[in-house]
Amino acid sequence: MKTMQQAILVKQLEPKTEAAAELREWARRIRVEVLKMIHHCPAGHPGGSLSVADMVATLYFGVMKVKPKEPDWPERDRLILSKGHACAAVYAALGLKGYFPAEEFLKFRRIDGLLEGHPSINIPGIDAPSGSLGMGLSQGLGMALGARYARKNLRVYVILGDGDMQEGATWEALMAAGHHRLDNLCAILDYNRLQAEGRVVDTMDYEPVADKVRSFRWAVEEVDGHDCGQLLAALHRAKARKGTPSFVIAHTLKGKGVSFMEDLAQWHGTVPLTAEELARALAEVKGGRMLSQ
Amino acid sequence: MNVPFEFFPAGEGVSLRDGFGRALVALGQVREDFYLFDADVQGGTGAKPFAQAFPERVVQFGIAEQNTMAAAAGFADTGLIPLVVGFSAFTVMRAHEQLRTAVCYGRRNVKVCCSHLGVDVGPDGATAQMLEDLATCRAIPTLKVLVPACANEIQPMLAAVLNEPGPVYMRIGRSPSPVIYPQPGPIEVGKAHVLRPGSDVALISCGTRVAAALAAAELLEGEGVSARVVNLRSIKPLDLEVIQDCCEEVGALVTVEDHNIYGGLGSAVAEAVVQMQPAPMEMLGIRDRFGRSGEHHELFARFGIDVPDIVAAARKVLKRKR
Repeated sequence: MKTMQQAILVKQLEPKTEAAAELREWARRIRVEVLKMIHHCPAGHPGGSLSVADMVATLYFGVMKVKPKEPDWPERDRLILSKGHACAAVYAALGLKGYFPAEEFLKFRRIDGLLEGHPSINIPGIDAPSGSLGMGLSQGLGMALGARYARKNLRVYVILGDGDMQEGATWEALMAAGHHRLDNLCAILDYNRLQAEGRVVDTMDYEPVADKVRSFRWAVEEVDGHDCGQLLAALHRAKARKGTPSFVIAHTLKGKGVSFMEDLAQWHGTVPLTAEELARALAEVKGGRMLSQ
Repeated sequence: MNVPFEFFPAGEGVSLRDGFGRALVALGQVREDFYLFDADVQGGTGAKPFAQAFPERVVQFGIAEQNTMAAAAGFADTGLIPLVVGFSAFTVMRAHEQLRTAVCYGRRNVKVCCSHLGVDVGPDGATAQMLEDLATCRAIPTLKVLVPACANEIQPMLAAVLNEPGPVYMRIGRSPSPVIYPQPGPIEVGKAHVLRPGSDVALISCGTRVAAALAAAELLEGEGVSARVVNLRSIKPLDLEVIQDCCEEVGALVTVEDHNIYGGLGSAVAEAVVQMQPAPMEMLGIRDRFGRSGEHHELFARFGIDVPDIVAAARKVLKRKR
């Protein structure tokens, strides 16, 4: 059920529906690659990778200023996937953008491959090492500060997991970004409400998260994290905002797009995907189940 | 680069952090690319003169060391050099994972300069007396570890740290310590300095213990023992050549450090020595205990890393010399 706020957002978006449709298609392709990677590997973090697919697609194909042929371009926008375990989705986006050959997808997590089990800056397009929760937002705010001092006109995006929000250092970073008024910093919370072993609310409940983050002097918005149009609009508003960092709470489902994975914590960890499961999952994703939501 | 260093008179007892403050100001005048990352410890670390001279080059994080360290990693990505200051127990120990993963695994050009090391901290007691930093920092892949021996040496050392690509940790003292080098020349990362020639026993140390080793060498000379004194200012990378010379030309080694006996300078030297033509060694350090309150010179004596301890260790190792 959409809230009033979300309904208004959707209305504002109407001129951008074409862009949103294109982003949805990229998100679908990211999901396909994620599932294939995790099947071939054979392991990875399918649940979280599928839950970030739409925000990753929106960032790489609709928002971020990057040059895939020049991955270290100093003026580029940065993305830090603080929930580094969902890296299959970012790798899929980078591969689709041409940062590295698509053959690397099938060598994910393997000794002869480029794509490490968690993000490494040795991978073209990866802007920061991650996978240790609670470090992404700090690195992102450091980049945003550096850009300010170095007079670089770039933006820094950090995708936080909802487990990330339980790390104390994340709150140190929230405090500092608000204090330093880093308007070139935007965090997106992948709020699928599940962590490794179960529900966030049962493990360590930190609601009301929007109020808490707002009290640290961030501008907070809530969107449907699987609606690329809403994500695009929120990220454009963040870009226009002056004097305050932006925090987008993206309401998502773990395993989004694959019915037998959705909202189940058991698809968090390094779960292999059987050939039969892969076929079913791909049929759902390719069949446009996502488009009929 | 002509850096306007201001050196202290030799022999005077000066805190290394006062030398650090001077080094920061002098280098701040000749290069604009480094920024002080402060977690509310400008005064305690000796960085205040820089903050007063270049307030626009201080980035304040409040008392939040983990965020400071990881933010430094991100900051370095934009081409500027963050120089993180702090008390080692909090900056290096608490933010150790950030130092490992965000800074070093991230190949970031971050410099970490900490005060409050060893029992040299004095009356503040064990909480702030970091006895483990050499061990833990040495174990982080790619991290370089340097230790200045006096308030003058720290000045060219900081210049070398800023010139060195990649992450570097520098261990600075707190209490007054004799100035050893009146006019120190440029410092090379990875090189030790032989302060005093000698052929019977080699006294290898770093930081404030170098002055103690020099004093011990004087006493040993009175006993007819010729002691070589090595300032092992670069703990990592290690100067294998100087250690090999100690093994081959001297043949008996004493290490002394204001650090836990496990994993620090003595361990680093021993790791090298056993892969050479080994020579007998005595290792002085804090013997796997926590420190306590007291004046720094009282604590050096209490924990067995003072001049008489070095002399006794030299006599002992000489008995084992082949």
